[in-house]
Amino acid sequence: MSYVTGLRCRECGAEYPQEPFHVCDQCFGPLEVVYDYAAIGRALSRERIAARPRNLWRYRELLPIDGEPQVGPYSGFTPLVKADRLAEVLGVKELYVKDDSVNHPTFSYKDRVVSVAISKAIEFNFDTVSCASTGNLANSVSAHAARAGLSCFIFIPDNLEQGKIIGSAIYNPRTVAIRGNYDDVNRLCSEIADKYRWAFVNINIRPYYTEGAKTYGFEIAEQLGWRLPRHVIVPTAGGTILPKVAKAFRELAEIGLVEASMPKIYSAQAAGCAPVVNAIHRGSDLIQPVKPDTIAKSIAIGNPADGYYVLKAVRESGGWGEAATDAEIVDGIRLLARTEGIFTEPAGGTTVAVTKKLIEQGRIPRDESIVISVTGNGYKTLEAVAAGVASPFVIDARLQEFDSLHQRLVEPRAARLAGA
Amino acid sequence: MSVHVRIPTPLRRFTGGAEEVSAGGTTVGHVVDDLERQFPGIKERLCDEDGKVRRFVNLYVNGDDIRFLSNLETAVKDGDELSIVPAIAGG
Repeated sequence: MSYVTGLRCRECGAEYPQEPFHVCDQCFGPLEVVYDYAAIGRALSRERIAARPRNLWRYRELLPIDGEPQVGPYSGFTPLVKADRLAEVLGVKELYVKDDSVNHPTFSYKDRVVSVAISKAIEFNFDTVSCASTGNLANSVSAHAARAGLSCFIFIPDNLEQGKIIGSAIYNPRTVAIRGNYDDVNRLCSEIADKYRWAFVNINIRPYYTEGAKTYGFEIAEQLGWRLPRHVIVPTAGGTILPKVAKAFRELAEIGLVEASMPKIYSAQAAGCAPVVNAIHRGSDLIQPVKPDTIAKSIAIGNPADGYYVLKAVRESGGWGEAATDAEIVDGIRLLARTEGIFTEPAGGTTVAVTKKLIEQGRIPRDESIVISVTGNGYKTLEAVAAGVASPFVIDARLQEFDSLHQRLVEPRAARLAGA
Repeated sequence: MSVHVRIPTPLRRFTGGAEEVSAGGTTVGHVVDDLERQFPGIKERLCDEDGKVRRFVNLYVNGDDIRFLSNLETAVKDGDELSIVPAIAGG
């Protein structure tokens, strides 16, 4: 049973039936799913959720599908890691990492939105799914389409990391690389979506797709024992996830599953592509698009469709935004790996670096609970850190060689320690 | 002076279903005014009460976002292509 009553324009409030349709034809505003929260409140409880399988569909009343979930039976419910060693380095008391680098099946938060989008596409009887992507979305659409037996076209910029390209190609979609950046890909796809009757997960299926991002927020609350943290730092690319995490917290409060004490939410961007953070710093409502130039390719979106809603959500929460340089991003990746054993992609390095900045600026107090959003996996973007890690010591297979290496590496250190 | 204008689905009810139409003018703003003359009601969909391009509308001249050029003052010439594209999510 579905609790969806229709679609509504986020700008002008015009209402529409539930269809594969994403733009208000009055004002071009994005359409959003409308639910009957009173009925959901009666149907859903903490106990009911706790009794369900550990995947994102445990919150299905708050997701826009009519029938049974069609894909994503193992997606979501990723670990909320208590990050004590990172907390010590950053000098804070209570720190968590919401770790979507291990999301099933393609190791990014995109497995959430795609599970919902493709389930919905199947409900709408599409036989072909598609997307414009900086990599992670293409990986996820390709994998879920393969398992659902759907045809798949993906569109990517022509400069992506090898891991992101092969990470889609292995599932055998038709891949089209566009000469240009993500914003060029998006513009073309918008015209393709108009012409071909496909389910473009981030275009005509967007109202449903974006709802999947709420599950990241639902899980944070549930995994904290149905409590909201005080501060959440979220990376911003197109602007889908941050407003949806805010919406998730609001919805849980609305149906009575958590107390309504909303966290402050912070946007993290790469300095080489920070249109939203720039607008936050300027105090402006106007997002001036930029031409991206950063190693954080998964968040290199210079013209963020939902940037305005990121601004709104950040401001309403009392949060802020910061940008990290490429060097700071790499340091962020290494810091998370060395303290918590989590290897994230540059988007996650950005979030870690920005969190560090916000703490040092005093914007995030050191004695309140903090959640860092890690939305992607570092094994897909080895290029970003390859130059900064140590190469292996190469020796022959003889114990004597290892002994002398060990002496070289460890004993001087032991001597130093003894001397100190 | 004639510019080719690519019309997205939500606006085709103004153009009698046409995906591409011709319009005249020396700037993007003039082209939008000419569209309004040919297809009354279309400008209100593209621009707000102050005459600025709406937040969720992207306009491209030969593939370049007019916000990187001179917004509605961007010059156009015979044979240019103006695309009207709704903002889209993704990543």
